[in-house]
Amino acid sequence: MLNVGKIEQGFVLDHIKAGKSLSIYEYLQLDQLDCTVAIIKNAKSNKMGKKDILKVECDPSLINLDILGFIDHTITVNVIKDGEIQEKKELILPKEVKNVIKCKNPRCITSIEQELPHIFKLTDDKKEVYRCKYCEEKYEKFY
Amino acid sequence: MRHLMSPLDFTTSELEKLFDLASEIEKNPKKFSTICNGKILATCFYEPSTRTRLSFESAMYHLGGNVLGFSDAASSSASKGESVSDTIRMISCYADICAIRHPKEGAPMVASGKSSIPVINAGDGGHQHPTQTLTDLLTIRSMKGRLSQFTIGLCGDLKFGRTVHSLINALIRYPDIQFIFISPEELKIPDYIREDVLEKNNIPYKEFVRLEDCIGDLDLLYMTRVQRERFFNEEEYIRLKDFYILDKNKMALAKKDMLVLHPLPRVNEISVEVDDDARAVYFKQVQYGVYVRMALILTLLELL
Repeated sequence: MLNVGKIEQGFVLDHIKAGKSLSIYEYLQLDQLDCTVAIIKNAKSNKMGKKDILKVECDPSLINLDILGFIDHTITVNVIKDGEIQEKKELILPKEVKNVIKCKNPRCITSIEQELPHIFKLTDDKKEVYRCKYCEEKYEKFY
Repeated sequence: MRHLMSPLDFTTSELEKLFDLASEIEKNPKKFSTICNGKILATCFYEPSTRTRLSFESAMYHLGGNVLGFSDAASSSASKGESVSDTIRMISCYADICAIRHPKEGAPMVASGKSSIPVINAGDGGHQHPTQTLTDLLTIRSMKGRLSQFTIGLCGDLKFGRTVHSLINALIRYPDIQFIFISPEELKIPDYIREDVLEKNNIPYKEFVRLEDCIGDLDLLYMTRVQRERFFNEEEYIRLKDFYILDKNKMALAKKDMLVLHPLPRVNEISVEVDDDARAVYFKQVQYGVYVRMALILTLLELL
């Protein structure tokens, strides 16, 4: 059994779908933070069978909950302070995401206009459908 | 200040007012012939268009205004790499209102975000063409006397046909409209129209491949052209372009009061022999296009 020590300050992302922790790592751009990150893959889970966990030792305000909500709003976010869980944050599907994903429609204005932000809007919260603000192209989630 | 990006930017009651104004212009054009004196419309057309651009220009001239602009990207600073955002900031200094057509979807929306004058989407790629939709709605309202309780068949390129997408979005707001989509498998309506527009709003629709199988059920038939410029693959275009041709034989199967609309230009999807049929209203549609654009310019310039 592998043991990863607890963190003093930061956040723990629990109940990540097994094998998806690296996608979350990339979406959150954790590579750009100068801090300790533990990526735990395929941990045992009563609820999910297998799950991934991310432990990040950093200022909790650095995490973008909107992005995380967009990627998978079923992930549990535990904010850690002084080695204890201080808060469990609920994730919701954001109404809009900006510069998180890119429009892949070659006919979209985002393919040529300089420095135009890539904005996607939530058009169906039941089916979790996001569409490009400009061309309405559907974003196909691969997570 | 308001822009027009999609036909849904106006509520149905605002559209009623717009169509009432267009009908008033139709009855008494002289009354409006000097109302835009001193006003300038910029027509910024990044892709070729004869009909829409001339319709806008005709509308502005009929209102006593002036027009400036460009008719293809090569003769604009886009060819030097200028962004849409920068171009519209410049145009805002030259004109009072702008109609923009662009091959990239969403370009007019980008322009409206940076503009200090009203922007009208005059067609963006395969996405939206709201003034064509206003034209279609005004034609239907004028010829049928209502915008509700009918079965409309949309035939041809339903995948890339922006006029079709805009028209569907606009018509679902009226009661008792049924859609029949007639297209080859490769040119069916996109998923986002099917899922987010039709199914989400419980709008009844059927799909057919053969026009003959459903033409008898239609109150309106909206024909479209398979557009070469929407295809990346020339072979696929050639294979699909002659899929539908409306001729006298097919018209014989239709109701006596079914109307045939077409956003034009026509290539060969409607045989010339149909032009003399009283049910063919696609040339009247062109005239309604001028009236509705006149009404739109007046509304966005807040001149009434």
